[in-house]
Amino acid sequence: MKIVVAGTAKEVKDGITIAELIQSEDVEMPDYVSVSVNEEFAERASFETTELKEGDVVEFLYFMGGGC
Amino acid sequence: MGVQKEANTDSTGNTSRPDGAPASRWTASNEQLERYSRHIILKEIGVKGQKKLLNAKVLIIGAGGLGAPAAMYLAAAGVGTIGIADADEVDLSNLQRQIIHSTEDLGKAKVLSAKETMNRMNPDVQVNTYRTFVSAENIMDLIRDYDFIIDGTDNFPAKFLINDACVMAGKPFSHAGIIRFKGQLMTYVPGKGPCYRCVFKNPPPKDAVPTCKQAGVIGAMGGVIGSLQAMEAIKYITGVGELLTGYLLTFDAIKMDFRKIRLPKADGSCAVCGTQPPITELIDYEQTECGGI
Repeated sequence: MKIVVAGTAKEVKDGITIAELIQSEDVEMPDYVSVSVNEEFAERASFETTELKEGDVVEFLYFMGGGC
Repeated sequence: MGVQKEANTDSTGNTSRPDGAPASRWTASNEQLERYSRHIILKEIGVKGQKKLLNAKVLIIGAGGLGAPAAMYLAAAGVGTIGIADADEVDLSNLQRQIIHSTEDLGKAKVLSAKETMNRMNPDVQVNTYRTFVSAENIMDLIRDYDFIIDGTDNFPAKFLINDACVMAGKPFSHAGIIRFKGQLMTYVPGKGPCYRCVFKNPPPKDAVPTCKQAGVIGAMGGVIGSLQAMEAIKYITGVGELLTGYLLTFDAIKMDFRKIRLPKADGSCAVCGTQPPITELIDYEQTECGGI
């Protein structure tokens, strides 16, 4: 199925979970990334069980602490 | 403990209000008309917008990679009162990116070095300096008198503290972060869009997420993102255009790619800006970087 990840259309396996997507996308600092799906926050506790659907739009939001 | 503001000199000659601030920093002098002519000619700004800038008060927390360019552009723009808070002294490793400081400023308090640069750029501007760490104890006093806050800090405890304090005090602010070849920013305006805690919930454990001291940062990144923070402050003050409320703007310099990511709407569940927030008092989390801000 096709989904959009960080602004780019991707072909992924049907029913891929958020946790699996985080792994396949090689997301930096996976334990601390925030995820939105269709402009709603996904709860970290449900990353393993939330299956994505055709056409979902996923964004990874990263901590960025520098400023000095 | 209250916040001790260091002595300032008002060079505009305006009459003072009872609180010590001038009634208006706009004098319509030939010098001001010439200095701000490129603003005044903009139909979105004009004399009206320039007056707003001159009468506005912006607080910059952190006189580092983000705060330096933000402070310089806001001073040049004629933001009439600029507060700058930082506890550090200028270090040689700062000078690759913190362009408000120079080699001759090594060892000097950053707030003093920043003030001297801003005053040289624009004597219209009153610079208030706060040589202090921001903490749960002093941040409400720090932000109270300001219209807009810029988070130029370098650590998550300070970023969460600024967010929570601004939410509680009903102050708009610009959040930003930079590392390596990347940067990002978002703007919070009370009642509009999510706050920083809506997106990131809680600070990561110490050392779980690298800082720019640990991972490095390209110097110009502070210039790009800090300047965008100044732009957000100017737009907020003048009411021009659309702010980054409800969006996270990310910049990847390697790919030369800007992305404006729409954030989920604040849904009332946030621990600080939600409808029944469990966080009602400010929290001093541990962890500072670069000596701390």
